[in-house]
Amino acid sequence: MDSPSAGSPLARPRRRLPKLTTRRLALGAVVLSPLVLASCQLPTFGGYRGATKQAVDANKLWQGFFITGLCVFILVAFLILWAVLRYRRRSDKIPAQTQYHTLFEIIYTVVPIVMVLVLFYFSVVTENSVDAVPASNVQVNVTAFQWGWRFSYPGHNVTVIGQELQNPTMVVPVGENVHIVLRSSDVIHGFYVPEFNFSRYALPGVTNQFSFNVNHAGTFRGQCTQLCGLYHSLMIFQVKAVSPSAYEAWLAQNSTSASTTAYHANSSTVQGGSS
Amino acid sequence: MTDVINPPVIGGGGDVTAVDEHVVEHGHAEEHGPTGVLKWLTTTDHKVIGLSYMITSLVMFYLAGIMALVIRLQLASPSSSLLSFSQYNELFTMHGSLMLYLFAGPFAFGGLANYIVPLQVGAPDMAFPRLNALSYWLYAGGSITMLLSFFVAGGASSFGWVAYAPLSNATNSPGAGSDMWIMALALTGFSAIFTGVNLVATIFYLRAPGMTMFRMPIFTWNMLVTGILILIAFPVLTAALIMLYCDRHFGTHIFTVSGGGVPVLWQHLFWFFGHPEVYILALPFFGIATEVIPTFSRKPVFGYKGMVFATLSIAALSTGVWAHHMYTTGVVLLPFFSLLSLLIAVPTGIKFFNWIGTMWRGQLSFKTPMLFCIGFLFAFLMGGVTGVMLAAPALDFFTHDTYFVVAHFHQVLFGTAVFAGFAGLYFWYPKMFGRMLSDKLGKWHFWLLFIGFWLTFIPQYEVGLKGMPRRVAVYPSNLGWQVYNQISTIGAFVIGISFAILLVNLWISWRNPVPAGDNPWDAGGLEWFTTSPPPHHNFTHLPPIRSERPTWDYNHPDSPALHHGKPTGPSSGHGGDGSGGTKETVEV
Repeated sequence: MDSPSAGSPLARPRRRLPKLTTRRLALGAVVLSPLVLASCQLPTFGGYRGATKQAVDANKLWQGFFITGLCVFILVAFLILWAVLRYRRRSDKIPAQTQYHTLFEIIYTVVPIVMVLVLFYFSVVTENSVDAVPASNVQVNVTAFQWGWRFSYPGHNVTVIGQELQNPTMVVPVGENVHIVLRSSDVIHGFYVPEFNFSRYALPGVTNQFSFNVNHAGTFRGQCTQLCGLYHSLMIFQVKAVSPSAYEAWLAQNSTSASTTAYHANSSTVQGGSS
Repeated sequence: MTDVINPPVIGGGGDVTAVDEHVVEHGHAEEHGPTGVLKWLTTTDHKVIGLSYMITSLVMFYLAGIMALVIRLQLASPSSSLLSFSQYNELFTMHGSLMLYLFAGPFAFGGLANYIVPLQVGAPDMAFPRLNALSYWLYAGGSITMLLSFFVAGGASSFGWVAYAPLSNATNSPGAGSDMWIMALALTGFSAIFTGVNLVATIFYLRAPGMTMFRMPIFTWNMLVTGILILIAFPVLTAALIMLYCDRHFGTHIFTVSGGGVPVLWQHLFWFFGHPEVYILALPFFGIATEVIPTFSRKPVFGYKGMVFATLSIAALSTGVWAHHMYTTGVVLLPFFSLLSLLIAVPTGIKFFNWIGTMWRGQLSFKTPMLFCIGFLFAFLMGGVTGVMLAAPALDFFTHDTYFVVAHFHQVLFGTAVFAGFAGLYFWYPKMFGRMLSDKLGKWHFWLLFIGFWLTFIPQYEVGLKGMPRRVAVYPSNLGWQVYNQISTIGAFVIGISFAILLVNLWISWRNPVPAGDNPWDAGGLEWFTTSPPPHHNFTHLPPIRSERPTWDYNHPDSPALHHGKPTGPSSGHGGDGSGGTKETVEV
């Protein structure tokens, strides 16, 4: 029986598959370092860099997971391809009937466990930052319904409603924590803004809360993600991030009696909003 | 009890009576039964029932595949008018329901397991042959009910294959189609439970003498674990369906807020079924790969015992990860479920290294079943890697319910149910019918499928990351999503062509049979020891069973499995336990 005495795999590879041993161990370093080193300089790997503080954090986690996944994919795909190309049948000779190799079995059990624990650590750190609901002066109550959205600003008598082909726009200030209180008045919907790297269900009977802090002005499209019936495809909205002063002006302009409904943010009044 | 778990080894004293006597008696009960159509309707033979399962589930597979092509046609342009919104919702609901409930599971544990497991353990039939027939007919009834729901007023169900409450209640989804969906699933659920009972009982109690637990082929091991998972998961689904039906018709408020109910409860119940279900749909196919890869590598499976424990730990973990489908609800404790979900990568990785280790230094030949298994390895690798990403809540938040998830689970299920599933079909078809399928057409099938598979699903990852939600019939044209969808549609039609080739292949083998012989692949399992197709009660003779590949040991007595150069235990060859020469068989 092999016992994995310390250092032996690197210093003294075993009889079989020596290349594999070193490769597996090298993997640890190669795969885990990007997580630690993940920075904004890396490509986005198909995702969004992120328009909010939370989204930037989520994107960094994405980069780490993507690189880790890519390394694992390349390693395993290489091993499969190597086996397929190198060990094509060349004769009728029966190959050695090797069934067990204790050292390798231990390595390919322990290394993935360590990798998983590291991934788990980073995922918890990011989750805590993304999920936090800090104190905030800006609150928007979002109510999802079949098939549209109601955005109301408590204390300001401003409500924006839109459905199907009249997509509503939520106006929020740049650089401030925006506290979203999310409800549903019928079935389950999903509040999803791709560039915020975030979504959350609107559940009937449950009040969900989350927060985001937009880092630059702009209009970001959002859409319902959870199938909610016939016109699920048309439950689209926008989030428009403007400067705090433009935001105040927009609130003042639209603040009337509680029953008033503004279908669209009047784009001319928030034009000056860019940082 | 010890005799049942560890039956005496055949051949030691020539003790033929060790073979169950009831088995022999049972053998004569049906041999003069009906033939033709009546045979298929009344049979309790596990082989005929297995074939019925496979044929029915393949019909479901082709129907659901055609639905997928229609869905892909709709999505090829941003605001296609091919389908109405309601037709679109019905189609993706039925596509998912047929593929998951009526194809992937029944094909594997109703069809292949039914046919192969009794053969692999040396049994004459399943433990409860009549229950087995009942299982099939419940499943057939469920399938017909599901399909007929297209023709009732209001159409088929349109709330997705997960039927989230309260969208699935009587207010939001009125109409008989939804009720028929519930009924169809309840019937199929009972069918699965009965098959699970049957498989577990067969494997525990009907193994041939010598077939100890650790001499069972991995396919049988995986079917045992699948059977146990079915017994854990399906009763929960069936109970949830009954609750949903009560909410719809009897005025209960289990999932309705207005009466004090909790909509999210449906998701807990559904995914408590649903995640084990993922492995119910995966483990059988891992088992197929673990039969095929060793056979075409001419080696024993690498790390047999590690593989068994990996399978058991996947099953154990799978019962504790349901809430990773619910991260975006915001109402579950996330890190616990995240850790368990990530940990599943470990035993899954072990399996990968077992498969690679099996091929390593082997003599690989790439017949159609082996090609499909290589395809399975790549497809499942990609699905597995993206699955690890989805286990992190912060990543799931922005990929959940987008095309990223659609691509992920299609790659997982395509890898298992399609690549490995059809590897199983090509592998065991000669055993089932005594005739070969064309290897040339099989290779065309494989390569078109492999190309179509990547064309279809890789663009979906990207369009999902860009923000395209799943289950939308139309999408904005100004976001650059169309090109990804068009590539995906082209890929889907390439897949469609590949499966037309399979039909041609089956047709040719039906019209111009090429005899297969008993063991065309030089495989090791007990099923290859008997004739093709096997006789009514499977075996007239059994070889000594010293390892998980008794037929290999019988045919290659000088090539036992090795552990550091030494034979593993008293396995094959010249009996260390006084069993005498290896060319002896025992009459059943």
